[in-house]
Amino acid sequence: MSSEDVPVGQADGAVAGRRLHFHVLRHNPRDPASVPSVQTFELEEAAGMTLFIALNEIRETVDSSLAFDFVCRAGICGSCAMVINGRPGLACRTLTKDLPQDISLSPLPAFELIADLSVNTGKWMRSMSERLQAWVQTQEEELDLGRFEQRMDPDLADEIYELDRCIECGCCVAACGTARMHDKFLGAVGLNRIARLRLDPRDQRSDDDFYELVGNDDGVFGCMTLLGCHDVCPKNLPLQTQIAYLRRRMAKIGFG
Amino acid sequence: MKVVYTDVLVVGGGLAGLRMAIAAKRRGHETIVLSLVPAKRSHSAAAQGGMQASLGNVIKGQGDNEDVHFEDTVRGSDWGADQQVVRMFVNTSPKAVRELAAWGVPWSRVRKGDREVIINGEKVTITELTEAHGLVAQRDFGGTRKWRTCYVSDGTGHAMLFAVGDQTIANDIPVHERKEAIALIHDGSRCYGAVVRDLITGELTAYLAKATAIATGGAGRVYRVTTNAVICEGIGAALALETGVATLGNMEAVQFHPTGIFPAGILVTEGCRGDGGLLRDGEGNRFMPQYEPEKKELASRDVVSRRMEEHIRAGHAAKSRFGEHLWLDITLLGRAHIEHNLREVKEICQYFLGIDPADEWIPVRPAQHYTMGGIRTRPTGESPALRGLFAAGEAACWDMHGFNRLGGNSVAETVVAGMIVGEFIADFCDSAESEFELPTALVKEALGVQRGEMDGLLQSRGTERADDIKAQMQQLMTDKVGIFRTGSDLQQAVDGLQDLLVRSRNIGLQHHADGPNPELVSAYRVRKMLKVALCIAAGALARTESRGAHFREDYPKRDDHAWLSRTLATWRNPEATLPAFEYQPLDIMTMELPPGWRGYGARNHIDHPDTAVRAEKVSEIRERMADGDRHDRQSALMPYEHLLPERYRGRNERIDEVQE
Repeated sequence: MSSEDVPVGQADGAVAGRRLHFHVLRHNPRDPASVPSVQTFELEEAAGMTLFIALNEIRETVDSSLAFDFVCRAGICGSCAMVINGRPGLACRTLTKDLPQDISLSPLPAFELIADLSVNTGKWMRSMSERLQAWVQTQEEELDLGRFEQRMDPDLADEIYELDRCIECGCCVAACGTARMHDKFLGAVGLNRIARLRLDPRDQRSDDDFYELVGNDDGVFGCMTLLGCHDVCPKNLPLQTQIAYLRRRMAKIGFG
Repeated sequence: MKVVYTDVLVVGGGLAGLRMAIAAKRRGHETIVLSLVPAKRSHSAAAQGGMQASLGNVIKGQGDNEDVHFEDTVRGSDWGADQQVVRMFVNTSPKAVRELAAWGVPWSRVRKGDREVIINGEKVTITELTEAHGLVAQRDFGGTRKWRTCYVSDGTGHAMLFAVGDQTIANDIPVHERKEAIALIHDGSRCYGAVVRDLITGELTAYLAKATAIATGGAGRVYRVTTNAVICEGIGAALALETGVATLGNMEAVQFHPTGIFPAGILVTEGCRGDGGLLRDGEGNRFMPQYEPEKKELASRDVVSRRMEEHIRAGHAAKSRFGEHLWLDITLLGRAHIEHNLREVKEICQYFLGIDPADEWIPVRPAQHYTMGGIRTRPTGESPALRGLFAAGEAACWDMHGFNRLGGNSVAETVVAGMIVGEFIADFCDSAESEFELPTALVKEALGVQRGEMDGLLQSRGTERADDIKAQMQQLMTDKVGIFRTGSDLQQAVDGLQDLLVRSRNIGLQHHADGPNPELVSAYRVRKMLKVALCIAAGALARTESRGAHFREDYPKRDDHAWLSRTLATWRNPEATLPAFEYQPLDIMTMELPPGWRGYGARNHIDHPDTAVRAEKVSEIRERMADGDRHDRQSALMPYEHLLPERYRGRNERIDEVQE
């Protein structure tokens, strides 16, 4: 490759100069004086600016009390899901250049509000995991760790990983019609977990066992097939296919 | 006075913390994990490329075993590591992979037959063994002689953390999320737990435990440019330091990863180069072979990062509006490989750079990545200074990485240390000496001191702002305590950090409510971070040699004669602005692998007089036992098995070492 065609990414290309208006829904439910309200912050757009950079800049320069959650800031950990101009997404990897000048930010619905843009997804996910016993359930015997691991078909390992990529960010729950109306619904995140465990030969449970967990209105039969989950999943998990497949399997069990 | 009692208190919900908790709970000890964030969001999730374990299933891993992994790790450490601990680690790592396989980690697997790979920029066909089909696969990583890094595409840490997180739930271990330990409760010789702040309500609670285990990860955020998550602020190390008794080891040993994307510093995995990716300069030329003919792009991280900066200094950088950088070229790997084995890298490039790495090069520059130093412990994970205080993972220095860690050895360390230290914690809790009688006055006082600090900040009329102080600290560390270090830069850093520490005592807040107050959190943390930063900077200033990632331009040689020692920092007086240092010599006469050239990097070290004596002894033993069993030979050179918990002492089965 010659020096003329050295490729240059957009890290170099974003145009600065816009003045952005962030309309942030603010509320601290533990403060009796707090009333939910929208506060507007203005900020000069910078090249390569993400919502992670913008929100931190607002907090550092304008309002040090603004609450939000970031951890990895690389789209990997799922901490920073919020509603961005009406659509759930990961704030850390959302570039402001892809948004209009007016940017509305609000916390994910369906989860307990901590403050401002921070919600308690952790509590929700743990409770979901406990209800579904969402771990690989093997026979209770002490493993001999000195021995070869159990073999697995390479394609099957890849298929399991495909579903294992879920980061429990909560976007699918926030975008789910059923979850918004019905707080016991397991959401696509829960159904995807079951689909993942069903695929895994290390999990000893049968479809009858899984039916006990998700063969009801809190589970796979509660889905109204609106599939907002599939549209917003930041990891592009095949939620539509998985839910449809799981529902067919579970219906079969249900009808005996 | 709010008090919670438990047998084991684990501070930190990443892989090391959770794995320790599982070990303790399975042995019947009540265990609580504290985590700043939901445990599955911990920084362990960001490990991409994989974990090293000498399974040797792939054809390029044939012949691998604990001996090879041991030597690679010790060379990688530039002889700073505790070789017995490295032995404990390499023997347990294959067991950790196999345990995780049983727990559901979807490790990428070997497919028998021919496949095309890229080695040294060339397409090569290799043939995987039929008997390896379906076993866990390995890829190449830097500083290793065999393909040893077990992986799940490039989402290894995520898959591991979810599997271990699920086991935590399966074992019914409570994780108290959004809770932060802000001080250890101790009497100068025994640790009794921690004062814990609820990040939602602001409430302080005393958690009292027989054993307190710190697994809070690294301190990357004391730097401005780092791959680390925003929660990696070194607070666990600071908690130990602030006891005035516990020590931190080798804090000046800071790793810079060659491929942080520029300018954001987000990591793209070493797997990019392991799988055949190349580094290119502003003119588009591959440059590593001219500096490192042996290992090229796959020398250890300290060496590659230094060579990259050296090449930039020589005027070969690519330039963008953000400054100078180099390129990582993975286009030669092909789209199919990238979309299958490097999909997180692809996503990161797409979202943060707006490029497709199958078509375009990735702008990269070295960024702070890993804290080799940490809370000094014995091989059991226990602090030699405070009974009942344990540490594991990146927060600890037991010391398997010395002055440079190999890629793939940290996520491996998290689970391995979790397994090993977890057993020792359980042993400790089983023993009579773990029982304690504690005057409530001591607990009350510990809570009172912390309440005082919080109230002091909340009511302060101080003129300093926490975020300003933090930003200045981060800038100083990145500018003055980076890859290339000099006495004058380091002195400026130490002076500047001391000044910031003094100023941090005069922080005032704009918002005075307790509870979810990010400004308050920033204020109390920055005081702790500054102490950790000072241990790094002052430790680097004092160490007048170059070893591993610690490179002094004014002392460019590794000096085994004067400096084959571990730095130990303590902070005895809370009002001080500098730590005190002591140095613990490493005994060459007991080393299995005496110091020498690493096989890459500069060849200019100064020998210790013991080295020749020991080297002769080692080769005499090797020769005498040349025909014998390799385990017997190893045991004659440096016994270590007695240091392992009994359940992890066994051998590891391999294709060429099948067990009966």
